[in-house]
Amino acid sequence: MCGIVGLFLKDKALEPQLGSLLAGMLEVMTDRGPDSAGFAVYGGGNADHVKLTVRGAGLDRIVNQFGKAVTVTVRDTHAILSVPIDLEERVRGWLATERPDLVVIGTGQRIELYKEVGLPADVATRFGLAGMSGTHGIGHTRMATESAVTTDGAHPFSTGADQCLVHNGSLSNHRSLRRMLEPQGIHFATDNDSEVAAGYLSWKLREGATLAQALEASLDDLDGFFTFVVGTESGFAVVRDPISCKPAVMAETDQYVAFGSEYRALVGLPGIENARVFEPEPARVYAWERN
Amino acid sequence: MAPSDYNVVDLATSTKRELNQQLHALAANTNETLWRVENPQGQHALAVGLDSPVTVEIAGHAGYYCAGMNKQATIVVEGNAGVGVAENMMSGKVHVKGDASQSAGATAHGGLLVIDGDASARCGISMKGIDIVVKGSIGPMSAFMGQSGNLVVLGDAGDALGDSIYEAKLFVRGKVKSLGADCIEKDLRDEHKADLRRLLDEAGLPDVQPDEFKRYGSARTLYNFHVDNAAAY
Repeated sequence: MCGIVGLFLKDKALEPQLGSLLAGMLEVMTDRGPDSAGFAVYGGGNADHVKLTVRGAGLDRIVNQFGKAVTVTVRDTHAILSVPIDLEERVRGWLATERPDLVVIGTGQRIELYKEVGLPADVATRFGLAGMSGTHGIGHTRMATESAVTTDGAHPFSTGADQCLVHNGSLSNHRSLRRMLEPQGIHFATDNDSEVAAGYLSWKLREGATLAQALEASLDDLDGFFTFVVGTESGFAVVRDPISCKPAVMAETDQYVAFGSEYRALVGLPGIENARVFEPEPARVYAWERN
Repeated sequence: MAPSDYNVVDLATSTKRELNQQLHALAANTNETLWRVENPQGQHALAVGLDSPVTVEIAGHAGYYCAGMNKQATIVVEGNAGVGVAENMMSGKVHVKGDASQSAGATAHGGLLVIDGDASARCGISMKGIDIVVKGSIGPMSAFMGQSGNLVVLGDAGDALGDSIYEAKLFVRGKVKSLGADCIEKDLRDEHKADLRRLLDEAGLPDVQPDEFKRYGSARTLYNFHVDNAAAY
């Protein structure tokens, strides 16, 4: 089943509340996915730095290797490394050789990505989601149907800088897409079909497509059932397969655009009583960009 | 605020189960005929399985399967309704003042479903006698395998309208994106105009004229057994 949510703020005044609003949306979707949960938040960033989201144990031992140049913020099983751009290759090389037990699950100027096995409310609490601020975020609650309950299988998936995707559904041609994408240099860390969808979009974006164009193309090339919610550094988008197999409800006000698998996920948002609530049409791309 | 003769159930303080149990306990001759549900907040399965001639107003958006299996009751949703509103309704009336999600009125045997806004994909799928009036547009694959009843759409219809349809009657005032297998346009005869007039009046649309609609239905080439096709069964 799975539950997916997304929140894209237009009103800067709401930015300190992004995490708490997203946490509320995620918790309501527990009925749709109690196995694991994850979220990506687009918070503050520094043009000279890249943020690496790293997952694993013994995270406090990272900082000594790079001194003050790299700051490490540990949240439960994840750490955010803020790395000066000119040090990125060295840090990645060190991680690969010295700490192969750690996994880099997200990279970008602003994105931070957290996912873990467990009930959505517990996962959100462990990472302190409610205290996070930002401009937009997406989240996922997983009911594992085709693969094991592991953190690797949790969403969001990020296959490019500041890009991420959550997926409700299943793809039937992900194997052939993977064979097409891997020679293009798109790297996959898991066998999950949703990661292939993320990789497909990363490939299209790398080839010069806008977020909306990448999603338009996915309607032709991806086979299966899907509702996708996608984030980029400045963008937020939603698309459903042509049969619209999986549920979706959106709300838009002057302050935000919100997505939920069910309307219930949206009831805690400010001003929802007067929002334009609508169901995204099948095979139609909805995209927003930050000004 | 509801007038004082209403029974008010506030879902901010009561559970959905308490609401449905109270409604199920009503006798056919109950005097408690007016109910108002506050703070529905998109919960699923509100006012399902009713079997008494009461009116239930839901003050906001409803989740999945609202008013499912309804008999006799009138249920008004003062907002949008989620997947499967009025699914398998037997009689009575369901009025959605906003939009309806997928599979509105699916498999329903009777009663009237009125949707003021749009209905999404598969509206009236496998309808078996229900009358559905949608004031906006409907999504793709609507009335798929519709067996009987009427689907009236003032706006447009999406792809594959009436795919594999049996004897349901479809009336669309706007554009039809495409017709499904074995669904064709048919003559709008006087008896159909009379049906339309009745349905439009019941839906509160006295100014809309039956002549403005086109009728669609089954070509009846798909569901009859042909011995030439025996190997295909």
